[in-house]
Amino acid sequence: MAPILEIKNLTHTYSAGTPFEHKALDSVSFSVERGEFIGIIGHTGSGKSTLMQHMNGLLKPTSGNVILDGVDIWQDKKTTRQARFRVGLVFQYPEYQLFEETVYKDIAFGPKNMGLKPDEVDRRVREAASFVNLTEAQLKVSPFDLSGGQKRRVAIAGVIAMEPEILILDEPTAGLDPVSREEILENIQSYRRAKNATIMMVSHSMNDVARLTERLLVMNGSRLAMDGTPDEVFTRAQELLDMGLDIPEVTRVFLRLRELGLPVDPVYSIDQAVAVLKKLKEGTAHA
Amino acid sequence: MLKDITLGQFFPGNSFIHRLDPRTKLVMLVVYIVALFVATSWISYAVMLIFLVGCILISKIPGKSIVRGMKPMVIILIFTAVLNIFMTAGETVWLHFWIITITKEGVIRAFFMVIRILMLVTGTFLLTYTTSPIALTDGLESLLSPLKKIKLPVHELSMMMCIALRFIPTLIEETDKIMSAQKARGADFETGSLIDRVKALVPILIPLFVSAFRRADELATAMECRCYHGGEGRTKMKLLRYTRWDFEAYAAGVILLCGIIILAHFGL
Repeated sequence: MAPILEIKNLTHTYSAGTPFEHKALDSVSFSVERGEFIGIIGHTGSGKSTLMQHMNGLLKPTSGNVILDGVDIWQDKKTTRQARFRVGLVFQYPEYQLFEETVYKDIAFGPKNMGLKPDEVDRRVREAASFVNLTEAQLKVSPFDLSGGQKRRVAIAGVIAMEPEILILDEPTAGLDPVSREEILENIQSYRRAKNATIMMVSHSMNDVARLTERLLVMNGSRLAMDGTPDEVFTRAQELLDMGLDIPEVTRVFLRLRELGLPVDPVYSIDQAVAVLKKLKEGTAHA
Repeated sequence: MLKDITLGQFFPGNSFIHRLDPRTKLVMLVVYIVALFVATSWISYAVMLIFLVGCILISKIPGKSIVRGMKPMVIILIFTAVLNIFMTAGETVWLHFWIITITKEGVIRAFFMVIRILMLVTGTFLLTYTTSPIALTDGLESLLSPLKKIKLPVHELSMMMCIALRFIPTLIEETDKIMSAQKARGADFETGSLIDRVKALVPILIPLFVSAFRRADELATAMECRCYHGGEGRTKMKLLRYTRWDFEAYAAGVILLCGIIILAHFGL
């Protein structure tokens, strides 16, 4: 099947021609298959946010193409606008963008802008609310009366209600307590399962991306430095550390074990670690 | 988009003009403006222009940035020019048509007015391009400090100005972010009737106000935590101190003003 999203030689320069000129993206290319769960990692200022804003046409590439379902999103105005709805973008700290009197109205903002019929808007708002575990009663209150985690979920529901084929989230769990983090990650996965949606998630939590994603894009200095499964990426642990990035805690432990002379392969998830250790234990028992 | 606003933006640099004391630059700007209004003839304007261009060259500010900052002025300039061309009575009539009369005096006057406004704005730009907002408020506070005698809260005023200036870029950035986020949800700011467009601002303004109040609150707490209590007995990290360069600059200003006054006196 053809990839749903293709990024070809994408370059973006901010404030071109002024002393503040800055190349935020430098010939980045990759393609995304339908239904993939992709993690994007990279140091602050590595171009992650700029990259995200290109995928739904908020930023226009200085050069290069963004191709959604075989069509360049900058082909004409209508296509660009359509891309906004097909690729949902959840910014960092999205709760600061809430503005309506009630949670219901805020979630309905996106679907209404799509020009949907009132009963379709209603269906989508309720469905989106259920994806993020908001109760019927919570739909009627002001979003400003909710807790931080709840506000975040309302904001995510506001994007989910547009039923995007690709959902992009910029650090959706930043600054939340562990319970809210788990909830939000679970919400994202349930949306993906229900709609066979493609998810791209920017995260600084290596444990989360190692556990959830099938593929990792590593951004470094405006370029795409690595593209592969978490397995492939985390095997290059030293390179990641050199870029100022972290590696999952369990990978760190295993690297140290190997340094101490234990014959283990590097792992990146707890399940893997358990399997490797069990095997090792059996091996020594037999010997 | 919003980031392209350059009006009064500071361009970091290390030129002679950048390193002058902000007080010198403020006083010099006043001297320059006075000279500009005293100047009446071709020769005195030429002198002023040479002085201005010289300052721009010394400051190493790219001419492109100055021209870009002028863009919002175009309407005012055209308005001034048109008004002066048609409204000035004169003897040498160049064109007479129905109730419209264009005289040589009118055209010359319009030309001078436009040049004067352009040079005025450019001079002011030169100050804001070469002086950081913090230095500017510091300089202003120092220049206005005699007014403390008449119980004018100079320090508080300059602190307020400083905070306001400090938060302009932050709020612009915030607006940009909120706009992007609402655009991602399909908000449309560019098309539709006037009423539609005003309505489209609500999803930006409400989050912006909420965040401005949140920031104000946080800043107040942070200031209080550091025992801020106003200007009484407060010392500065960066003391303003005049150097030889400042005296040179003052001398240049005085010479310029005297020169222009003498030229005006002889009707040149």
